[in-house]
Amino acid sequence: MIWNEARECMSRDEMANMQGARLRKLVANVYHNVEFYRKKMQAMGLEPGDIKGIEDITKLPFTTKNDLRDNYPFGLLAVPKSQIVRVHASSGTTGKATVVAYTRRDIEAWQECVARDLVMCGVTKEDMIQVAYGYGLFTGGLGLHYGAENLGCMTVPMSTGNTKRLVTMMEDFGATAIACTPSYLLHIAEVIEEMGVKDKLKLKTAICGAEPWTEKMRLQIEEKLGIHAHDIYGLSEVCGPGVACDCEFHKGLHVQEDHFYAEIIDKETLTPLGDGEVGELVFTTLTKEGLPLLRYRTKDLTSIDHSTCECGRTTPRISKFKGRSDDMLIIRGVNVFPSQVETALLEIEGVSPHYQMIVDRVNNLDTLEVQVEVDENVFSDEIREMEALTKKISAALQSALLIAVKVKLVEPRSLDRFEGKSKRVIDKRVFED
Amino acid sequence: MYLKQLTVFLENREGRLDSVTDVLAKNDINIVCLALADTSEYGVIRMIVSDPDKAKAVLKEAGCLARLTNVLAVSMEQKAGSLNRLTKTFTSEGINIEYMYTLNSSREAGSMIIKCSDIDKGYEAVQKAGLTLVDPDAAYSM
Repeated sequence: MIWNEARECMSRDEMANMQGARLRKLVANVYHNVEFYRKKMQAMGLEPGDIKGIEDITKLPFTTKNDLRDNYPFGLLAVPKSQIVRVHASSGTTGKATVVAYTRRDIEAWQECVARDLVMCGVTKEDMIQVAYGYGLFTGGLGLHYGAENLGCMTVPMSTGNTKRLVTMMEDFGATAIACTPSYLLHIAEVIEEMGVKDKLKLKTAICGAEPWTEKMRLQIEEKLGIHAHDIYGLSEVCGPGVACDCEFHKGLHVQEDHFYAEIIDKETLTPLGDGEVGELVFTTLTKEGLPLLRYRTKDLTSIDHSTCECGRTTPRISKFKGRSDDMLIIRGVNVFPSQVETALLEIEGVSPHYQMIVDRVNNLDTLEVQVEVDENVFSDEIREMEALTKKISAALQSALLIAVKVKLVEPRSLDRFEGKSKRVIDKRVFED
Repeated sequence: MYLKQLTVFLENREGRLDSVTDVLAKNDINIVCLALADTSEYGVIRMIVSDPDKAKAVLKEAGCLARLTNVLAVSMEQKAGSLNRLTKTFTSEGINIEYMYTLNSSREAGSMIIKCSDIDKGYEAVQKAGLTLVDPDAAYSM
């Protein structure tokens, strides 16, 4: 089944024409309505008329997460605030959130893309879907929710948290699909096992995303639950989940490229790379009104394939991610930068900035332990005070990172130093097959 | 009038206590008594040593986290009720004992190391109650 055959199976030529027309309109729009882009283009000696077709996209300036932060909260809007109907936010490098804004049409385009992806996963309007992403500023919950409603599914806004209740309702309601992070689904699978209800469930499809996972993990989920599991990709800056998704052939994630134009660039030289070459994924939001972005650098490393898929779709496919070109970690679906930890630690009086983050996956749930070196300023002969310090640090980190953090105090100079600097992150999770 | 207690931070893993006693032994520093307070991840070792200032310096040089804390050392009779009398001395003055451990114990007498919420007040309370304080130099050379 294909939700929008006209778009998803368009010939490459037609698609290029449509993208060209949309790009021309987009460039004129940001040039006239977003000071940031006008200045950038003027500095490069570019005018909207220089962009004639989609092939001219490489002339345009890049946008980074820092640009979004520098223009916090609404500096990059291309429409008056009165036209914005929704705002989402994700965490940024310095604790300041990255804010994204949507017009009514942006929301419609988003739910169209999610509906396409759900259908790609084999979901139909006859399905009942539990959305077990977090609802709130995070795009996961509401993104999947609107897409599922748009498709016509019976949509259950579970959000995250009470896993037993989720499984109970999965059984009682006869839910046939679930959307959540892959690590949470593995946890759910364990709870299903514990509750001994697997045979009573009607679950057949899972749509997982918001964190990197391997093909091996996907197959493990499929086997454990006896379902089909699919990978959905997105990022809030571009819109949220739904930017790309894998079909039943699982040979890469189809990009909804009539809305989001994907390029792969060399992360050093910033020059475009061809099909099959691994580089940084860059998106241009061809149809967005509220917060349109030119060549947004995702920092995700992948490759692209423009050949027609066995499923019949002509939309290009990006491969599963090979890593990131910055130091961002995704822990339980939440973006975490080591610098956030550093900033939070430095705000606590007397605490040394020497720390190490240990990321692991225990019982299929991501865990973060932050080891902090104790120094003379904070060392006390009383355990009570040391424990109060641990609690204080863990509360500060939790409020900065929005995830639970285990704090461990370690001896001074005990953390590894590399060329005078500590190695900040040890990620024990396995993402390679 | 106060004793300098050597306090060392130790991660709760193999060989850490070893490394501390090693440094002290090499520098000819005697451990008079010690008490270990531990959590699952780290411990705090409290010691009365023959030369606390030197001990702190050599430990620091060896990369250990050490500090000196002022504590009281109080002599006690070796008989039932002595400890009770001691603790009452503090509670009756509204002073909290943070922790205590044995400095020395023999058939005839004993002495306790006490860290309290306010050492000056604790000192006064002990004097007022007519208890005997152990002279710091005597303690270091026990």
